[in-house]
Amino acid sequence: MAPAIPKQNLKCDGCRQQMSDNQILEIEAGRSERHYWNDLWRYRELFYFLAWRDILVRYKQTSLGIAWALIRPLLTMIVFTIIFSKLARLPSGNIPYPLLVLAAMLPWQFFASAIAESGNSLIGNANMISKVYFPRMVIPVSSVIVSFVDFLISGVIILAMMLWYGFSPDWRLLAIMPLMVLVFATALGIGFWISALTVKYRDFRYISPFMVQLGLYVSPVGFSSDIVPEQWRLLYSLNPMVGIIDGFRWALLAGESPLYWPSLLISIILTLFLLISGTMYFRKTERRFADII
Amino acid sequence: MSSAINVQNLGKKYILSHLQQERYTALRDVLANGAKFWKNKLLNRGASASDPAHEEFWALKELDFDIQQGDRVGIIGRNGAGKSTLLKILSRITEPTTGKFKIKGRVASLLEVGTGFHPELTGRENIFLNGAILGMGKAEILRKFDEIVAFAEIEKFLDTPVKRYSSGMYVRLAFAVAAHLEPEILIVDEVLAVGDAQFQKKCLGKMNEVGEQGRTILFVSHNMAMLSNLCRHGIVLDAGRLTFQGPISDAILNYYQSSGEKNNLGWEHESANAALVSSELIGLGQALEVTIHDQLVIRMKYRIKQAIAGKCVPNFHFFAPDGTVAFVSNADNVGSLPPGDYIVECKIPGNLLNEGAYFVGLAITTYYDTGSFEVDFFDRNALTFNVIDPMDYRSNRYGYGGPMPGLLRPKLAWNIEKVSQ
Repeated sequence: MAPAIPKQNLKCDGCRQQMSDNQILEIEAGRSERHYWNDLWRYRELFYFLAWRDILVRYKQTSLGIAWALIRPLLTMIVFTIIFSKLARLPSGNIPYPLLVLAAMLPWQFFASAIAESGNSLIGNANMISKVYFPRMVIPVSSVIVSFVDFLISGVIILAMMLWYGFSPDWRLLAIMPLMVLVFATALGIGFWISALTVKYRDFRYISPFMVQLGLYVSPVGFSSDIVPEQWRLLYSLNPMVGIIDGFRWALLAGESPLYWPSLLISIILTLFLLISGTMYFRKTERRFADII
Repeated sequence: MSSAINVQNLGKKYILSHLQQERYTALRDVLANGAKFWKNKLLNRGASASDPAHEEFWALKELDFDIQQGDRVGIIGRNGAGKSTLLKILSRITEPTTGKFKIKGRVASLLEVGTGFHPELTGRENIFLNGAILGMGKAEILRKFDEIVAFAEIEKFLDTPVKRYSSGMYVRLAFAVAAHLEPEILIVDEVLAVGDAQFQKKCLGKMNEVGEQGRTILFVSHNMAMLSNLCRHGIVLDAGRLTFQGPISDAILNYYQSSGEKNNLGWEHESANAALVSSELIGLGQALEVTIHDQLVIRMKYRIKQAIAGKCVPNFHFFAPDGTVAFVSNADNVGSLPPGDYIVECKIPGNLLNEGAYFVGLAITTYYDTGSFEVDFFDRNALTFNVIDPMDYRSNRYGYGGPMPGLLRPKLAWNIEKVSQ
């Protein structure tokens, strides 16, 4: 299978080479590079290729192929619905319980798999890191992209379920775009941290799956965050996924699930903090990756 | 010409830890060390300057050099001399600890064949992936796709996962992708040592082609024939320091001289019959050079230790740096000699050997009257010299300045006669 390759940037390729013809690169010990962001832009196609590789590889020699992206959330949704709705009898308001679960399940599974994949991405590509130069950020970013593609594919499920229940979303659905950006940024920020830390401290290979596993129970995935008592709500929102999941529910379920605004605000602030500090830590440790990986 | 690579005071330090088994730090060590640090500080035990668990190791130190644009430079050195570290720094995989360097133009480095190849992906998919990793754009890969496939000779297996490839096919494909990069500076580590002879030749041809297009090449190899074929200049590294920079044949010579000594110690230099006393080259200029037109005398002093029923025949072996034998010469008219010290001289006429470095192996072989023989000693790298071409009218170059192939370049009797109008 050949990748779908647009022909229009033939011209651009030429000018890129010309540009670099007379470029002088100067590297000095201990000084951070000035060309980094330019380089990241120059290697933009590598994001695509690495993500493409991971997606291709993931479903090679599987008979169901990409359908796995649908099966996993579907099965989890069924199990969660049975446990939380039928057995634990948690309330869901006017919303069918499967929809309530799905609206949270999809962003959560994206977040969880993005953390798991990007956390291991650097050591998984150790060989490339020790043999070729490219901006290292490409690696965790493209593994988050891979999880994002799965996320988009599994979006089909919620559309199908809405049709099934005859549930129509309203104008709030527009908020889904910025929310996707937000959850992407959260995953990326944590991904930068964990991937860079894992290079040096392999302990994070054990810490991060554990955190993700625990996170599933402390985040409002199988239940609505309305069941959290009011006085604990703010504290509960310190989990950045709380605001994001509530946001997704609010946007997808036509406001049937009310949004607790402070928690979304906290999520945004936490995400910005994680993204900026993650980038800084990654950039700082990145130059030594090849030596210690 | 301007410089493509300029290196100033470059150094790279690694910290070796002796106690830990793992190369990476575990969190507990950081916590434990942190605790120790504070304990020391509180108890005022003084600075922990000499930590026995951690030792500094300079893989490269105080490196200064300059590489001209379009030059082809070979980097020579023993294992652990810092060659790979230097290439890694220049290709920006790792950061120098001290100093700085400037690079002009797009760099492609090939430190390993097939970096980033994924075994599950097909040949076609891997071409795109590997190309992108090495810094090619989609359009560029598409443009060269057919050329790459043809060069690798894998047309039939283009859609087979690479994990089912033979190792030869794998290497061919990997090199083909890398060979079609078009960087201004190409950095190549010992990657051509793989593949069969025919493919090696093809790779070398491709590298030559790249070099002739005026691109700068930095090449690490232990194969001296390849180096002297491909490169114009050489850099010799020893224990992280630059010990020589100059024309490639001089560099190869320098490398062998500095590392050859050790070799010689191991050789047996005598038998019951004969022993090597000393040897020298006469007619060499500075830096062990002789011009291609001048003669050279090899003189060996040896001892015959006992009267034997045979002839002790001195013989000299001439080697190219890659170990190829140029020729072997036996001494003339040797009879049975009584015990004692002897000096044998052998004249190598001018206009016999080609330009380049040569090694002389000194030997004495005893030929018995019964027809059997016995090697008394053989010092393989006893002497070295370098033949240089002054490029004057006597060289019959007619203005050609490139290398002339071959180990020998004798002046032969030519005759041109006019046979018709």
